[in-house]
Amino acid sequence: MGEFKVHRVRFFNYVPSGIRCVAYNNQSNRLAVSRTDGTVEIYNLSANYFQEKFFPGHESRATEALCWAEGQRLFSAGLNGEIMEYDLQALNIKYAMDAFGGPIWSMAASPSGSQLLVGCEDGSVKLFQITPDKIQFERNFDRQKSRILSLSWHPSGTHIAAGSIDYISVFDVKSGSAVHKMIVDRQYMGVSKRKCIVWGVAFLSDGTIISVDSAGKVQFWDSATGTLVKSHLIANADVQSIAVADQEDSFVVGTAEGTVFHFQLVPVTSNSSEKQWVRTKPFQHHTHDVRTVAHSPTALISGGTDTHLVFRPLMEKVQVKNYDAALRKITFPHRCLISCSKKRQLLLFQFAHHLELWRLGSTVATGKNGDTLPLSKNADHLLHLKTKGPENIICSCISPCGSWIAYSTVSRFFLYRLNYEHDNISLKRVSKMPAFLRSALQILFSEDSTKLFVASNQGALHIVQLSGGSFKHLHAFQPQSGTVEAMCLLAVSPDGNWLAASGTSAGVHVYNVKQLKLHCTVPAYNFPVTAMAIAPNTNNLVIAHSDQQVFEYSIPDKQYTDWSRTVQKQGFHHLWLQRDTPITHISFHPKRPMHILLHDAYMFCIIDKSLPLPNDKTLLYNPFPPTNESDVVRRRTAHAFKISKIYKPLLFMDLLDERTLVAVERPLDDIIAQLPPPIKKKKFGT
Amino acid sequence: MAVLEEEFTLSSVVLSTGPEGLLGMKQSDKTDQFLVTDSGRTVILYKVSDQKPLGSWSVKQGQIVTCPAACNFQTGEYIVVHNNKILRIWNNEDVNLDKVFKATLSVEVCRILSVQGSEPLVLFKEGVRGLEASLADPQQKIEAVISDEVIKWTKFFIVFRHPVLIFITEKHGNHFAYVQMFNSRILTKYTLLVGQDKNSFIESFTALVDQKFISLTSLSSDGCIYETLMPIRPTDPEKNQSLVRSLLLKAVVSDFKRVTTRDQWSTLVLWGKCVYATWRISVIPYNCEVSSLAGAHGKLKHSQDPGTHVVPHFVNWETPQGCGLGSQNSEQSRRILRRRKIEVSLQPEVSPSKQLLSTIMKDSEKHTEVEVWKFLALKQTPDFHTVTGDTVTGLLERCKAEPSFYPRSCLMHLIQVHVLSYSLCRDLMEIALKKKDVQLLQLCLQQFPDIPESVTCACLKIFLRIGDDSIQETDVSMESVFDYSNSVHDEKMEEQTGILQNGFNPEEDKYSNCDQELNKKPQDKTKETISCSVIPKRAALLNAILHSAYSETFLLPHLKNIPAQHITLFLKCLCFLYLKCSENATMTLPGIHPPTLNQIMDWICLLLDANFTVVVMMPEAKRPLINLYKLVKSQISVYSKLNKIEVSFWELQKLNQEKNNRGLYSIEVLELF
Repeated sequence: MGEFKVHRVRFFNYVPSGIRCVAYNNQSNRLAVSRTDGTVEIYNLSANYFQEKFFPGHESRATEALCWAEGQRLFSAGLNGEIMEYDLQALNIKYAMDAFGGPIWSMAASPSGSQLLVGCEDGSVKLFQITPDKIQFERNFDRQKSRILSLSWHPSGTHIAAGSIDYISVFDVKSGSAVHKMIVDRQYMGVSKRKCIVWGVAFLSDGTIISVDSAGKVQFWDSATGTLVKSHLIANADVQSIAVADQEDSFVVGTAEGTVFHFQLVPVTSNSSEKQWVRTKPFQHHTHDVRTVAHSPTALISGGTDTHLVFRPLMEKVQVKNYDAALRKITFPHRCLISCSKKRQLLLFQFAHHLELWRLGSTVATGKNGDTLPLSKNADHLLHLKTKGPENIICSCISPCGSWIAYSTVSRFFLYRLNYEHDNISLKRVSKMPAFLRSALQILFSEDSTKLFVASNQGALHIVQLSGGSFKHLHAFQPQSGTVEAMCLLAVSPDGNWLAASGTSAGVHVYNVKQLKLHCTVPAYNFPVTAMAIAPNTNNLVIAHSDQQVFEYSIPDKQYTDWSRTVQKQGFHHLWLQRDTPITHISFHPKRPMHILLHDAYMFCIIDKSLPLPNDKTLLYNPFPPTNESDVVRRRTAHAFKISKIYKPLLFMDLLDERTLVAVERPLDDIIAQLPPPIKKKKFGT
Repeated sequence: MAVLEEEFTLSSVVLSTGPEGLLGMKQSDKTDQFLVTDSGRTVILYKVSDQKPLGSWSVKQGQIVTCPAACNFQTGEYIVVHNNKILRIWNNEDVNLDKVFKATLSVEVCRILSVQGSEPLVLFKEGVRGLEASLADPQQKIEAVISDEVIKWTKFFIVFRHPVLIFITEKHGNHFAYVQMFNSRILTKYTLLVGQDKNSFIESFTALVDQKFISLTSLSSDGCIYETLMPIRPTDPEKNQSLVRSLLLKAVVSDFKRVTTRDQWSTLVLWGKCVYATWRISVIPYNCEVSSLAGAHGKLKHSQDPGTHVVPHFVNWETPQGCGLGSQNSEQSRRILRRRKIEVSLQPEVSPSKQLLSTIMKDSEKHTEVEVWKFLALKQTPDFHTVTGDTVTGLLERCKAEPSFYPRSCLMHLIQVHVLSYSLCRDLMEIALKKKDVQLLQLCLQQFPDIPESVTCACLKIFLRIGDDSIQETDVSMESVFDYSNSVHDEKMEEQTGILQNGFNPEEDKYSNCDQELNKKPQDKTKETISCSVIPKRAALLNAILHSAYSETFLLPHLKNIPAQHITLFLKCLCFLYLKCSENATMTLPGIHPPTLNQIMDWICLLLDANFTVVVMMPEAKRPLINLYKLVKSQISVYSKLNKIEVSFWELQKLNQEKNNRGLYSIEVLELF
């Protein structure tokens, strides 16, 4: 199959931002996640939990609250005092509106979805009306003493509960006045704390209010009388989040110790109608604060400082034992943050606010499988390119020749020309970018580095000619009339004739770059595209989808190839389909046209199309080299999927030349080492 | 009375229906929601998972609902017929049935039939029409397809995406089956030929669709279940065809009222006082019990309230002798290959077991004993379970009737055959408690998995109260007790003489007095508490209590009723066990089946929880309490040391990890096979 020298890179010092809020949308089965750097991500739970969209973060924008309203509209609010709405089609921020109450700590959409409530630093609760294209301030509720940290509507929409410092208020929505004020006990294990912060409240339809606070308590209040009904002390640290199931028969809370507790409403005895809330299951999938939780009909979702997004299915709610019944932990983004210049052996790493350029080392030694070779030259850190402004980088790319670097933020597009003189590098920014190149969702250079392809967030695809130190705009493929869908993935054929572009939901469009027209559209598929690439010579487009299907489409013939049809007929191996991270990169071997190289976060695979496909009875992954097997046996058991699981978590893998691979790993331990230390928990005597 | 449907039971108490009971129940367009029609005027939309009604509609006073409400799955509306001919259609938003759509039909309606994926049907007394067709011209004439036959049962379902209606009519004790195909508008009539027994009548029908056949299962009043196969595509629709019923199962318990089928497992469910499910040939009895999530969590065990006393069923379903039926014609024998028919004999034969029962009821204690012993020796008889149960019931009945009759060794033997439980013979423990038979009680505690907390506590009281002399006379099982009086302690942990000063100085601890006391004379302390306060036989009895299952909520109230001196005695005993447990490194007690540390701890906590205010006032309880306090304190200090050690280990591990780190960059060789 082949022996490779692998550059095993672990110096990509990437640390995902901690998760601040999650919001689950039952209608579309999607989850919105906001991170501490202001990034908002949309996960499609129906499409194998694929991260299908994201909105880049912003330094000054600390998102404190996230919610869905009016069906599928997404709002966020944060410490900059603004309420924002996201455009899920064009992938940009529709508008931001100051609530004039200082930093916003909490937000909740009314049960009908037509109103939005925010809780502010100055103690005010503000009601906004959601209009078809904006939001409109309606009125203030009675001002409270201190900041409003949590809000919850009664399902009927007549009352709200607001958690503050040391107390919970109940407001009448009609009059806007506080009906009850319930003081929360500051006592913590017999010791009086300075303050008790009510981190979360939930208003149930029977009038019960559930509160979680910094003293480690989950408390049940009667909103009609304003009295404490029951109190559960569940943690030695803050309980920071709460989410209730739609049926109100179960809820979930997350603590600063990283524990998630499940509470369920169960009958006191088996044949009584009287029910009580019982703490049923604790889960410890986090090491740090669980800042936010959500409750989907079938799973508990949690996220926090340790950057993992965890889906814990509720076994009693899962009908069939399929892959949805498995625990899922999502840590890395489902897109590529790394690009590579094969010619100069360079790697470009994309961070939130800077880019790093590294040159790979070299060796002259050879060895056998598993050997680590002595380095004759170590890897060099060539460049640290910091962005200007507070916006996060959306995408970046280095040209295959290594002479160009392009990246984009929400408002600006940057192109740099690199000059190499022996060991020195000089960097020159190409100025005067045209106005239409303001913001890009994806950037790609052609194989010969003479063309630059840019997918703008308006749905247009721009082709730019690069020559010497200058550039020239060649053409823009405008989106089909009536659509504003942004293109997120690009692929160009090595001969530079074909360009494929894929959006978040519609099919893949293939453009003829020579004739500058749309060539064909690959038939639409139910699951989003996670990666695609065009093979040399044959111009076959290989597309990977989030349900782990891989298709091969012949661009010249405008149809699926015979191999792809065979694969679809026979079906993939069940273990292949059960992988839970998407394929994020596809590449090809220049000398072996039958090979497709692809990888996800936990495996690297070469598909050899000349070999038979594995069926469910064959061993998909065999980590051990064949020993003393006759050639006949080996040939009989060999199948098309050659898998290696040595490198993980694998963020990037590509072929540098015929015999050399580069693999970029990001060990979880290295990420944990950069996080603040978790709350120390005693193992003994607790 | 309850209406039995396939997957759940709704009790009419919950529904608060009228005195006449229920007319019927139909699924609504949402899963989990059902339309319940009572025999009076009311239709209730009921949500099963919430156990609560979502809506209720009534016809006017003086009107009466004559056929159960059904849901039109295509529109989400509900349909009901009152006063035989008046049809009402409404939806969730409507409040008053009087104001909703109304149509008066020309002929009396027998049933509204509705199934997912098809238009509802109106089944008249003599014929059938689609709902839309009926409403288009309500006064149209319905041509009679049935003449003076009474419709007994109907089923409407989809076969190969086409609706099919089956209905069964009766005339002078003869049954006819009609199959109406709606795609081809073919109506086929079959005559159901009656089996051997002419005296029985058919109690219930159910149907299941196979690949090619409709399998009609009927339950007759004598407990026989018959199967009739009808082709889905009739060969000659014009001709009146006869169908033979074949006996599928003969259940001798004949109190079944209904039979239903579960399609996916081809299971038959028989409903009666208890529920039986059959799958192909094996029969599984079920008692209907209300399920509860609480039951699945934690230690919660539900108390049986005396009202819902379950009648013990010593029914033997485990006799799989394949005694085929005598009269089988050639047509049936083909099907025998496909579906084996088995007669399940439920009644033990008249012979020895009946004899045994009569012996029990009449003969002397001695003779009874011999008979029971003989029976137990034969153990492997097919009706062993049944006879054992009947024997125990018989014995207990007689015990209650004649106070002098107490066949102790008989009962002991019967308990040990592992087929009894508390709920099957509640009287047994009651009588043993009355007789203060501690040995029998111990046996029960060991064998029965389902003893309620009140009885456990009653046993505990007797075990604590009974005098040492009377215990000595009994022959209780001693396997859980290890006699300390005549054993030498070889495995005692090495006593620590000094205190290690590794970052922790117990002198600074404000409770150090106790620690010091503990550390100073550990020898004295062990000597002081090593003597157990109860004799070994009583300890064995108390261990049986410790081993029994319980739920704190239900045990606590009973524990409060134990006299104070007995509490102290039990507490001392528990403290002794606890100390013994903590003595060795594995934290276990010696012996064959000793109580575990957790059981001991739980009981100490429970006992103190229930009686702390009493115990704390008693001078003789002071010593064990102080000992416990000291132990807890010393353990806290041990744990704090352990925590410190853990942190040190953690740091070491971290250092180790850093050393093993493979570096940030390497070039390796990879070969893919």
